[in-house]
Amino acid sequence: MKTFNYHSAKDVKEASKLASPNSAFLAGGMTTLPSMKLGLASYKDIIDIKKIKKLSGIKVSAKTVTIGATTKHVEVANSKEIKKVIPSLAALAEGIGDPQVRNRGTIGGSIANNDPAADYPSACIALNAMIITNNRKVIADKFFRGMFETCLKKTEVIEAIEFEIPQKSNYQKLPNPASRYAVVGVYVAKHKSGINVAVTGAKSCVYNDSDISDALKKNFSASAIDNVKVSSSGMNSDIHASADYRANMVKVFAKKAVEAC
Amino acid sequence: MKKVSLEINGKKVTKEIPEHTTLSTLLRDILNLTGTHIGCDTSQCGACVVHVDGKSIKSCTALALELDGSKVTTIEGLATNGKMHPMQEAFKKLHGLQCGFCTPGMVMSAVDLLKNKKNPSDTEIRDWLEGNICRCTGYQNIVAAVKEAASKM
Repeated sequence: MKTFNYHSAKDVKEASKLASPNSAFLAGGMTTLPSMKLGLASYKDIIDIKKIKKLSGIKVSAKTVTIGATTKHVEVANSKEIKKVIPSLAALAEGIGDPQVRNRGTIGGSIANNDPAADYPSACIALNAMIITNNRKVIADKFFRGMFETCLKKTEVIEAIEFEIPQKSNYQKLPNPASRYAVVGVYVAKHKSGINVAVTGAKSCVYNDSDISDALKKNFSASAIDNVKVSSSGMNSDIHASADYRANMVKVFAKKAVEAC
Repeated sequence: MKKVSLEINGKKVTKEIPEHTTLSTLLRDILNLTGTHIGCDTSQCGACVVHVDGKSIKSCTALALELDGSKVTTIEGLATNGKMHPMQEAFKKLHGLQCGFCTPGMVMSAVDLLKNKKNPSDTEIRDWLEGNICRCTGYQNIVAAVKEAASKM
């Protein structure tokens, strides 16, 4: 790993001020540090945001669950409050990586990285999440732009993610047996305002499958998905799964999620 | 170079280190605590698991500077007065290892499991050890050793 200047920011303002085109914010570091070791990324400045107290914590209100950016996966997985109102979100966190990754990795880091196979982006889309940064609020649909790409500016810090509590929801994934990343993951959420079927792992970026959600609007049952055609066009194809296989798994895991809702 | 202060196995340590020093490098190359092993060096294999403020983490994927002020326990800190920790005893008794490379991480991870769950089932043990890879044993005796330790603790 190439060396860098290490800064531990005391507040968001300082973190933002230190940021430059050659810097990275460091939360759990579960992707940033291995990427730096492998020579895939290098930075002049590493800005640690973990000591900023206001970025961590869980707040539940009547309609929303707000999770601070540096809240660790283990905290979401074990949160009694989240288990009560959105059990699928706690279950998603419990399924990320392994215990040591969950002890370090953060929700803000996962979302800012926007790995095409990460779990949390699907939760953001399915649960109509609002991404709160130091200068704006962005709805999840507009936040995720493409492979490892978000609408975040270099000096912008995610402060919290606000999820809408759904009427029903469930997340099911086909985990890569080694990494537990989603080969395909489907998060189904039924809100008063509509149904979201967020798919991760299948394409270069998380997306909402409107064909499946339209079918579920007419009839919220697994069998309603049987006749939906999921095209393999644009699906990822690699040593783990072909595009056709992934397209089929979207249906399989959407059905599993609906059944478990 | 920057200064870092940690409490490692009960002893206060302060060192000037290069910024990119990981906890695993600090332990092994600077403090000579070579019980913590580095396998993949990218947080897949778990040979480098140590406890930081009571929780298991992969020490190859944490900067020492991030952990300034923390309490670290390594495999060298498990035994008390020359007496092995029950988890170490169980691994020895049930032969929960062959080459031994993954063992420090396995033991540290398993000790953390028992902090979270007193009597884990086979499935819970296997699930918890997801982040610890062993290429020798086939895991059978590791799972048996964790169960044995659970019954003794």
